[in-house]
Amino acid sequence: MFELALKLRPHIKNLRQLKKNKTAMVGLIIILFLVFVALFAPFVAPHDPYKQNLEKTLLLPCKEYPMGTDELGRCILSRIIFGTRISLQIGIIVTGLTACIGVLLGMMAGYYGGILDEIIMRIVDILLAFPGLVLALAIAGLLGPGLFNVMFALTIVGWTGYARVVRGSVLSVKEKEFVEAARAIGAGDMHILLCHILPNVVTPIIVMVTLGMGNVILAAASLSFLGLGAQPPTPEWGTMLNNGRAFMRMAPYLTTFPGMAIMITVLAFNLLGDGLRDIFL
Amino acid sequence: MLKYIARRLIFMIIVVLCVTIMTFSIIYMVPGDPAEMIAMARYGIDNLIQDNIERIRHAEGLDAPIYVQYVKWLNHVLHGDFGCSLVTGAPVLSEILTRFPATVKLAIAGMMVSLLISIPIGIISAVKQNSLIDNLSMVGTLIGVSMPNFWLGLLLIMFFSLYPGIFPVCGYGGIRYIILPAVTLGTGMAAITTRLIRSSMIEVLKEDYITTARAKGLKEKSIIVKHALKNAFIPVITVIGLQLGHLLGGTVIIETIFAWPGVGKLLVDSIFARDFSLIQGCVLFMAVVFVLVNLVVDISYMYLDPRIRYEKGAE
Repeated sequence: MFELALKLRPHIKNLRQLKKNKTAMVGLIIILFLVFVALFAPFVAPHDPYKQNLEKTLLLPCKEYPMGTDELGRCILSRIIFGTRISLQIGIIVTGLTACIGVLLGMMAGYYGGILDEIIMRIVDILLAFPGLVLALAIAGLLGPGLFNVMFALTIVGWTGYARVVRGSVLSVKEKEFVEAARAIGAGDMHILLCHILPNVVTPIIVMVTLGMGNVILAAASLSFLGLGAQPPTPEWGTMLNNGRAFMRMAPYLTTFPGMAIMITVLAFNLLGDGLRDIFL
Repeated sequence: MLKYIARRLIFMIIVVLCVTIMTFSIIYMVPGDPAEMIAMARYGIDNLIQDNIERIRHAEGLDAPIYVQYVKWLNHVLHGDFGCSLVTGAPVLSEILTRFPATVKLAIAGMMVSLLISIPIGIISAVKQNSLIDNLSMVGTLIGVSMPNFWLGLLLIMFFSLYPGIFPVCGYGGIRYIILPAVTLGTGMAAITTRLIRSSMIEVLKEDYITTARAKGLKEKSIIVKHALKNAFIPVITVIGLQLGHLLGGTVIIETIFAWPGVGKLLVDSIFARDFSLIQGCVLFMAVVFVLVNLVVDISYMYLDPRIRYEKGAE
């Protein structure tokens, strides 16, 4: 483990460069803010996100309800705040799983080659033969509406990008002298993969994970918007947008604010990811 | 060259075969008994009698082993028979093909919007790198990439249909109906294309032959249009081709918002109706279209850029 930390040291030096990259810093600050909001949602939110108040339905934004209330008199701001939790959770879980699966399979394909490589990369090709959200949509739709099924569908579809990139990097790294040297002193495959190859392919993974967070959050919100993800009354942004559609004429703020929340979150991850790419790659 | 194309074709057939396995097995991911689901879709949840279920199981051949079912299904698919919709009973393929023109129309319109935005902005920001216009357009593209397109669609409906009533809220018909969905679709794509055109142009403007052209005393305008643009566009065309593949595969969300009767809307509707054969048909159709478009893009790329030769890979 210590060895791994030592190998990662040059990357930490790179992080200092990040401070100079303005757009990346803006992204990072927004992300930290979102994480704070998500962690302390019960303290930040002015109201209970589930509490209905039928005397105060579809209120315009005012002092008590800064973003107004929805058709059941629930505070939109509080719902958006609690929605941060859901979106970040989905992002972290799905991105984490897809990255782990993709990196693991990509490393195995690149390192061992042969039949294993063929099988893994052909599976990647098959999954990439479906355009955009179509496969995730079909899987989530057939399994039935629900957040868990959306996350499952996005995980099945999402790991291919990581596998491709990691495989490519491993192919170029594994021929290097230091790998040769490690093998000569009798290091096992596991040791070589984890301690010698992984640290050398980690930079593109960091960039992909950051950009991936944004994409996953956007995809999950899209599926929820179609009615496949979180079900009402869950305060999920996509679900809220879908609900608000019916009231677009009377209460446009029902759709405006959740949409803005999605956009800002995704934008933050894109800003940071772009900055990291400029530094690392 | 022919060798490369042949290899790609064979490879494509293998991928499509695997795609059929995947699409076929999608139904078995559903928790529960497919025969029961079909009975539910066809007769409604109230008329769920064991007799009906057994009859369906037998009639649809669901009592045979899975691989037998697959081979039978594949045989039908290869003969252009995707089965019939479980809900309406209409043949799946004809249902999809009647919807496809709407998707093609929307895809082309969206692509046109995207190019109208991205080509001028991309070129200007490359030529005037780090200027105010460049910085603004780069911020704009980041926002464009991050903007959920369903939200953009709703905002456009709000600003152009609900209050002033310039365009219809949704539906299918003349040119007035296509403008909002096309703009929604186009702006999202334009964000990606603009960045690409910009970086590709910047790359090309550094080349020696541009310096030569400048040294010859050619006008800046003709350098950009005649020398730089042509070469900068080669990678751009690939991405545009890939985007077109995605679009033809169905712009699911935008078609749903604007009630645009394309293949994407058909897929979403069939998912909610739990119409399995229609879902299978749509997914398979989209995948095949996508793979075909990608193949065409790859081959045309080779014609466009004589520097690329795939022979090495073919041996």
